[in-house]
Amino acid sequence: MSTLHDCRDAFAAALIALAEEDDRVVAVVNDSVGSSKLGEFGKRFPDRLINVGIAEQAMVGVGAGLAASGKVPFVSAASCFLTARALEQVKIDVAYSDRHVVLCGQSPGVAYGELGSTHHSPEDLSWLRAIPGITVIAPADAAETAAAVRWAAQHDGPVFLRVSRMGVPDIPGLDVPFVPGRATRLREGGDVTIIATGTSVAPSLIAAEQLGAEGIAARVLAMPTISPIDREAVIEAAAETGAIVTAEEAYVCGLGGAVAEIVVEECPVPVRRVGLRGFAPTGSTNWLFERAGLTEDGIASAAREVVAMSVR
Amino acid sequence: MTATPTELADAARRVRLRDLQMVADAGMGHIGGEFSVTDILVTLYLGVLNLDGGSERDRLILSKGHAAAALYATLAEAGLLEEAELASFTGSDSALNGHPANTKLEWVEASTGPLGHGLPIGVGMALGARLDHSDRRTFVITGDGEMQEGSNWEALMIAAHHGLDRLTLIIDRNGLQQGARVVDTSDLEPLADKLRAFGCAVVEVDGHNHAELLDALASAPPEPGKPTAIIAHTHKGHPVSFMSDDPGWHHRVPSTEQVDLARAEIDR
Repeated sequence: MSTLHDCRDAFAAALIALAEEDDRVVAVVNDSVGSSKLGEFGKRFPDRLINVGIAEQAMVGVGAGLAASGKVPFVSAASCFLTARALEQVKIDVAYSDRHVVLCGQSPGVAYGELGSTHHSPEDLSWLRAIPGITVIAPADAAETAAAVRWAAQHDGPVFLRVSRMGVPDIPGLDVPFVPGRATRLREGGDVTIIATGTSVAPSLIAAEQLGAEGIAARVLAMPTISPIDREAVIEAAAETGAIVTAEEAYVCGLGGAVAEIVVEECPVPVRRVGLRGFAPTGSTNWLFERAGLTEDGIASAAREVVAMSVR
Repeated sequence: MTATPTELADAARRVRLRDLQMVADAGMGHIGGEFSVTDILVTLYLGVLNLDGGSERDRLILSKGHAAAALYATLAEAGLLEEAELASFTGSDSALNGHPANTKLEWVEASTGPLGHGLPIGVGMALGARLDHSDRRTFVITGDGEMQEGSNWEALMIAAHHGLDRLTLIIDRNGLQQGARVVDTSDLEPLADKLRAFGCAVVEVDGHNHAELLDALASAPPEPGKPTAIIAHTHKGHPVSFMSDDPGWHHRVPSTEQVDLARAEIDR
């Protein structure tokens, strides 16, 4: 496996490049300069890094007010605090009010491993996709993160951008520049489709290689946009491959729920959702991934199950 | 804009009459808190706000969004909303939602309803003005019960830290919240001291006295470098004798007889 990258670095570099071109771009943080890797941004643009202190509700409201004043605010905080503490502000001040605020959920999922469920955000994808009008994005690698930052800056509407902390390799074939609401087919296959987002895309590709060696041809779709999701790609996968596995560093009601809803409504086939369930026991991120089956072996195993269930 | 206290009192009378009719026709509304905030809204829209500047206009957020009918009636008085549109208040697909929504109606600067949202948004707007090197002003009106929301105090800390002296908070201090008196629920006193401790310049006025309101809302900040907090002492349901200071009138709808009685008292 190639070098692993923390997507926050790509996020911070992309934001600095944007801010140099566009003086409307500002960052709003909750004492999260370091954890959002925005120290350099603050040095370059001291007036445009607004640190509200440990005050998430006001942070999102301030972002909405800045957007209403013609700025392009990137509101950046650990995803657990941004989405849970300030969910009503996200719903009302940003989504319902249709403000161009880019909510940046840093170190999401179980990136904070041993710190425990207080610091995990496995709910964020489920919560955010339930709110109308927000484009919910979970990039799979550094280049896609940077591309999504650039897209979010020019998209005149609410965005939630999940910025992964867990190291991910560069993944060839992702859409750069970013195209919202579109799945990318990273691997062809007719026996099963693995639909993955964020940090789960890389292990899904390895799982597909394993399955190929066993004679199971697995299609792999990267699904960076959870909402609005690429319905056509999901329906096509169900119709053409007859079995689906989803994989995400989140509760399975995120991407998995979104995919299962479409499959049940449009083209019922066996589905297995790989992801997090329940409050996590204490342990490292990698251990929690293994426990949840969010590894190449776990994803391959789920694929074998659905292929066995498939009636085709 | 300029208007004399007498003109403002006349305008407020017309706004309350419109509001009364809207609530009676719709069979819903929050007439108590609408009548307590009416003079504040009228003074701002007709006597204070610069609304001509496009993106340089002053901003006003009615954070106590349940008083939406008073806002709509004031916008009509100020010529910013067609008078005829008031009849659609809370109707199917109306722009005049039960709580104001910026996506439904022009001049609504922020969608409000859940309490404690307007002031943080106002702080963001004031920070935006600061970044633009603009002198435009931002006003936020909250209820007094609303000051129980912690997000307001978060916002005040941010406003004071950044020295946002073009930001003015007006607290409609009618002393009542939905179910009871504020003092019997979770008391705010000493409110002025709390606001001062959070870095505000504090001014107390009679919130039904247009001359006092005009004076307090004048352009120069009372203390440069500090956000201003105006505690506007008001009466819920003012000036209708049977509504005034009665928590029962938070969202009661007047009967036909009560509408006539109220109209007579407002017109007096």
